[in-house]
Amino acid sequence: MTTAAPPRTQPPRTATLASALNRALRDALREDPAVHILGEDVGTLGGVFRITDGLAAEFGADRCLDTPLAEAGILGTAVGMAMYGLRPVVEMQFDAFAYPAFEQLVSHVARMRNRTAGRMPLPITVRIPYGGGIGGVEHHSDSSEAYYAHTPGLHVVTPATVADGYGLLRAAIASDDPVVFLEPKRLYWSKDDWSAEAPAPVEPIGRAVVRRQGTSATLLTYGPSLPVCLEAAEAARAEGWDLSVVDLRSLAPFDDETVAAAVRSTGRAVVVHESSGFAGVGAEIAARVTERCFHHLAAPVLRVAGFDIPYPPPMLEQHHLPGVDRILDAVAKLQWEQ
Amino acid sequence: MTVLDHDLAAAWTPDAHGPRRDPAPLLPDSEPVRILGTPALRRTADSPGGRELLRDLHRRLVVGRRFNQQATTLTKQGRLAVYPASTGQEACQIAVASALRPGDWLFPSYRDTLAVVSRGVDPVQTLTLLRGNAHCGYDPYEHQVAPLSTPLATQAPHAVGLAHAARLRGESTVALALVGDGGTSEGDFHEALNFAGVLNAPVVFLVQNNGYAISVPLAKQSAAPTLAHKAVGYGIQGRLVDGNDAVAVHIVLSEAVEHARTGRGPVLVEAVTYRLEAHTNADDAGRYRSAEEVERWQARDPLTLMERHLREAGVIGDADVAAAAAEAEELADRMRTLFHVKPQLDPMSLFAHVYAEPTPQLREQAAQLAAELAAEAATEERR
Ligand SMILES: Cc1ncc(C[n+]2csc(CCOP(=O)(O)OP(=O)(O)O)c2C)c(N)n1
Repeated sequence: MTTAAPPRTQPPRTATLASALNRALRDALREDPAVHILGEDVGTLGGVFRITDGLAAEFGADRCLDTPLAEAGILGTAVGMAMYGLRPVVEMQFDAFAYPAFEQLVSHVARMRNRTAGRMPLPITVRIPYGGGIGGVEHHSDSSEAYYAHTPGLHVVTPATVADGYGLLRAAIASDDPVVFLEPKRLYWSKDDWSAEAPAPVEPIGRAVVRRQGTSATLLTYGPSLPVCLEAAEAARAEGWDLSVVDLRSLAPFDDETVAAAVRSTGRAVVVHESSGFAGVGAEIAARVTERCFHHLAAPVLRVAGFDIPYPPPMLEQHHLPGVDRILDAVAKLQWEQ
Repeated sequence: MTVLDHDLAAAWTPDAHGPRRDPAPLLPDSEPVRILGTPALRRTADSPGGRELLRDLHRRLVVGRRFNQQATTLTKQGRLAVYPASTGQEACQIAVASALRPGDWLFPSYRDTLAVVSRGVDPVQTLTLLRGNAHCGYDPYEHQVAPLSTPLATQAPHAVGLAHAARLRGESTVALALVGDGGTSEGDFHEALNFAGVLNAPVVFLVQNNGYAISVPLAKQSAAPTLAHKAVGYGIQGRLVDGNDAVAVHIVLSEAVEHARTGRGPVLVEAVTYRLEAHTNADDAGRYRSAEEVERWQARDPLTLMERHLREAGVIGDADVAAAAAEAEELADRMRTLFHVKPQLDPMSLFAHVYAEPTPQLREQAAQLAAELAAEAATEERR
């Protein structure tokens, strides 16, 4: 009897979110000469998170452009490029450093199609690494999705899985509307079973997906909080709760249909996100769910969110970020006694 | 001895620290370029096509002044929601149009409607933003004119991006961005100039320095020697021109456009001019500037200057003046007629073009408005 290792016929079928995003950019650059990447350090360095690694070498400095350090200038330049028929993909280095570009985003990117009665669409993708949990010092951990989701004319999407990293980014770049593409930094190095052999775009943008089907209550979440919610759902089994988990993927447009169906099927819902709760995306979701599912609800829709504080220093961030216990505490408050 | 002279200079690495360029060729002339009333006018008239050019500039000026007058009148009649007049700045406005070729792109701001009209866009379509019936009434691709931009200087980086894209595609398109003197204080102006320099984008920036940003005079806006000097810090060429001299603005802008087109880099042109009217019809200019100051500039009216000098040079005569006036009256007539008709607006168009496809939420909201409108119509009918 031999004890030889099993033959390794299959290449490893796991990948990180970062590598899937890189692959999406590479495929987009390869398939469409109109696609141009621009941002700070995206060329030679491959971006501070290495998402554009190797792209300047493969496609040239013009297709993956190291720009001066000026976010409004980057996005404003991208607007002009899009006006001339290019399909710019802009990288903002960090969430809190995208704010200088806010005026271009809100006053021009989001409105140009509308302003010109459809004549001048701006197919721009703005990639923004966002969120905390990476031990970042001040200004490196913001969750800025509510600012963008509040702006008509923008699509706001955020992947939580490796496959969605690829699929949503391809869909974003292919979209004729501007897309704010929020990349959960703390998931950059998370691994999933995913093969780069036959990756597929997620179409259309705007569909949520049920990641876990349960019967007791529904967790509604997105981006960096998805793995936390899935973990909470596992832990909840010990308490006798069987939780559904919905990954929203797209904050704008919002998939009312999938969300309402998932909430009706359990009659209880908790919205989970790490950005501050006040006037956050969770408030909107809770309102929408209440408006659509009131008669199916056994309890008020609750929110588990970051506190209403400036993002804390890294040594305290674990107290700010919604964790499994806080989620289970919220589930426990869903009026089970009735 | 400065630090640079000493140890730093020895350690200078061109790859890391960049080239060190002589700023002298980038500096603007010490006095604004002027053609009217100088021997250069004769040379221009005698150059090939010179007389036609001068007559065309004169004609555009006459029509431009009438456009400003008519739009101001329409505001008084309540037919425009607001009108920021370019009265006094017509030389800049029309020279922008005459310096650009078809295919080049213009990036105007709210005060630049005359430049847009002079480029060939229909006056009613140009004024829709200010009339209040749509944000942009014209198709930007028809005449290569971006929508009028209201957030100050935000259109400047667009011009850079478009010019950059054109260069990447190997096309000879030039983009021209218009910014006011106040707008030069905005970050987007700085970022646009910096990007333009670094990308060597074929773009021209024209700053119409009309003295005021609403009420704030230039002295409170900038401590730069001139606004044209701002170019030097970005490694691009600065030019200074008399903004009330249509011939000078045309020539300087044409040179700048060709400079950019031939890959020699972007240019920043400062045209020194004056806003003869208030900021808009809603403004009271008497609160921040004297009547004497306005009178001094009225004496330098770009239209009177042009007419006087071209007549003296024998380039135009009574017939040219009469022909230009007739064309101007025709435009004014047309504006009066067209603006007399109330625009027919479809409330349901509110939901069009927010996205390529309306979102489910917008479909719901559109249905709500449709129901409201139907109910209103039914009530109307019962009356
Ligand atoms: C970003 C921004 N801030 C403020 C305003 C309000 N505003 C409109 S016009 C104006 C003055 C602009 O002056 P200038 O750039 O010199 O142009 P001008 O009006 O003289 O043509 C101001 C402050 C604006 N439109 N955009």
